[in-house]
Amino acid sequence: MTGIVAGEQFIEVLYLIAVALFILSLKWLSSPSTARRGVFAGEAGMLIAIVGTLFYKGIVDYRGIAIGLVLGAIIGVPLGNVAMTAVPQRTALSHAFGALCVTLVGTAEFYLRTPNVSRFTMSVLSLEVILGGLTFTGSLMAAGKLQEVLPQRPITYKGQNFVNLAMLLVAIVIAAMLVLDPSRIALYPWMVLIALIFGVMLIIPIGGADMPTVISLLNSYAGLSAAAMGFVLDSKLLIVAGALDGASGFILSVNMSKAMNRSFTNVLFGGFGQLQTTAAAQEARPVRSATAEEAAAILSAAGKVVIVPGYGMAVAQAQHKVRELFDALTKRGVDVTFGIHPVAGRMPGHMNVLLAEADIPYDKLLEMDQVNGDMPQTDVALVIGANDVTNPAARNDQSSPIFGMPIIDVDKAHTVMVIKRSMAPGFAGIDNPLYYLDNNLMLFGDAKAFVGNIVKELSGNSGGH
Amino acid sequence: MKGDLLTSLYVFLLAAFIGFEVIRRVSPLLHTPLMSLTNALDAIAVVGAIILAGEKKSQLATILGTIAIVAATSNIVGGFIITDRMLKMFKASKAPKQ
Repeated sequence: MTGIVAGEQFIEVLYLIAVALFILSLKWLSSPSTARRGVFAGEAGMLIAIVGTLFYKGIVDYRGIAIGLVLGAIIGVPLGNVAMTAVPQRTALSHAFGALCVTLVGTAEFYLRTPNVSRFTMSVLSLEVILGGLTFTGSLMAAGKLQEVLPQRPITYKGQNFVNLAMLLVAIVIAAMLVLDPSRIALYPWMVLIALIFGVMLIIPIGGADMPTVISLLNSYAGLSAAAMGFVLDSKLLIVAGALDGASGFILSVNMSKAMNRSFTNVLFGGFGQLQTTAAAQEARPVRSATAEEAAAILSAAGKVVIVPGYGMAVAQAQHKVRELFDALTKRGVDVTFGIHPVAGRMPGHMNVLLAEADIPYDKLLEMDQVNGDMPQTDVALVIGANDVTNPAARNDQSSPIFGMPIIDVDKAHTVMVIKRSMAPGFAGIDNPLYYLDNNLMLFGDAKAFVGNIVKELSGNSGGH
Repeated sequence: MKGDLLTSLYVFLLAAFIGFEVIRRVSPLLHTPLMSLTNALDAIAVVGAIILAGEKKSQLATILGTIAIVAATSNIVGGFIITDRMLKMFKASKAPKQ
C-alpha cells in the first residue's frame, strides 16, 4: 500500500520537474541565442514525464504502449523532416493529431466512467471532445487547403453562418443533456459527430490569406482541449501544458487579427474572399514598368533597400535567389533589410523561417514597425510576392475593405519596385493603388526568374561599366 | 474532491498567466518555431493515452488509447525535430563585415 502511494508520489515529482522544464523551454525560446536550449529542455521534460508514466502501477500490459510509441515515432520522423515551405501544412496536421489524441482519450474515459460521471467532469469532458473534435477536422481541412489538395478559395453559401451556429448550439445542448444525465450513452456519439462536422464547416469558407489567424486559433483550441483533458484526468501536468499551448495560440491569434485589423468572429464568419471584384468597373490606368537591367541599376545606386516578402515569394521558391540579391547588394555597400508583415505567408513567422533557411542573418529580418519608421529615408522598397500588406488604401481609403489594416508603408520610400506576374488583383480581390503611384515601378515576371535576372545584371556590371 | 478541483483551477489560472508572460516575450521572428514547440509540448497528453492503453480496462479504451499514443508521439517526435531544424537556421550576421 505504502509502496503504491510512494510510487505515485514519485511520478508526480517527475511530472513537476517536467512542468518546470516546459516553462523554461518556452522562456528560452524568447531569443534566438538560447532557443535551441529551450528545445532541449522541452525534450528532457517530455522524456522524464513519459518514463515516469511507464512506471505507473496501474499499467498491466505494455504491448499497446510499445506499438503506439514505435508507430508514432515512425510517423513523426518524416513529419519533422518536411521541407521548410511545407511547415504551415505540417503544423496544421500536428494540431489535428494533437486534437485526435485528446478526443480519443476523452471518448474512452466517457465509456469507462459512464454513468458515474460528476457534473463537473462531464462538463469538461464535453468541452474536451467538442474542442478536440472540431480542431481535428478543422485542422485537417486547413492542412488540405495549405497542401492544395483541397481548393484554397473560400467556399460560401447562403445561410452558412446560421447553419454553423446552429450546429454548435446543438452540440452544446447535447453536452448539457449529458451533464444532467451521463447515462444517456446514445447521445454521446452525436455530440462527437457534430463537433467533427462543425470543424469541416468552419474551415470551408476560409481562404489562404486568413490561414495565419486560423492556424493560431486552432492551436489555441488544441491547447484548451488538452487542458480540459487535464481536468478530466485530474492531471496537473496536462493542465499546465494545455494552458501554455492555449495561451500561446491565443497570443498569436490576437497578433494576427490585429495585423489584419479584424476580429476573430470576422475571420471565422466574415467570408473575406467573397468581396465583389470591382476591378472590372475600373479603367486601365497607366503603370510604369522596368526591366531587370533598370531595376539592377536603381538598386545598386541605392544606399538603403528594404525588401518586403510575401506568400508569392514562397510560392515562386524565390528565397534563395533573394539571398543572392541580398549578398550582391551588401557587397556593394548597400544596406539591405527585410520588412516582414505579421500576416505575410500562411502562418505566424512563416517568412522568417524561409529567409533564415536561405541563410539571411536574422538581425536583417525586421518587424513592420521597425521598417516603417525608416521608410521615408529608404531609397528602394522592393516588394516580392506581397500585395495587400503594402496597399496604401488600408491607410487612406475609408471605403476599402482592408481600411485600418496596418501595412508596410512602401509607398513612402523614394522608389518602390513590385515584382508581380501581372496586374491581376491579390487574394482579397482588392485593387492596389500603390501600382499607379509616380514612384512605383512594376517588374513583371516570375519572382524567382526576375530576381535571378537582377542578380545577373548586378554581377555582370561589377567590373565597372 | 472539491478541494482538488479548486487546486486544479488555481494551477490552470497560474499556468495561463505564466504562459502569457513568457510567450509575450518571444520575438515574432520565432513565431513559427514557437508554434511547433508548444505543439510538441502539448502532446504530453500522451501520458493520459499511455495509462489508458496500459490499464486494459476495456477493449475500446485500449484501442483508442493506442491510437492516441500514435497521434501524440508523432507530434512529439516530429515537433521537436522540426523546431530544432528551424532554430538551427537562424544565424546572426557575422560581426566583422569583410
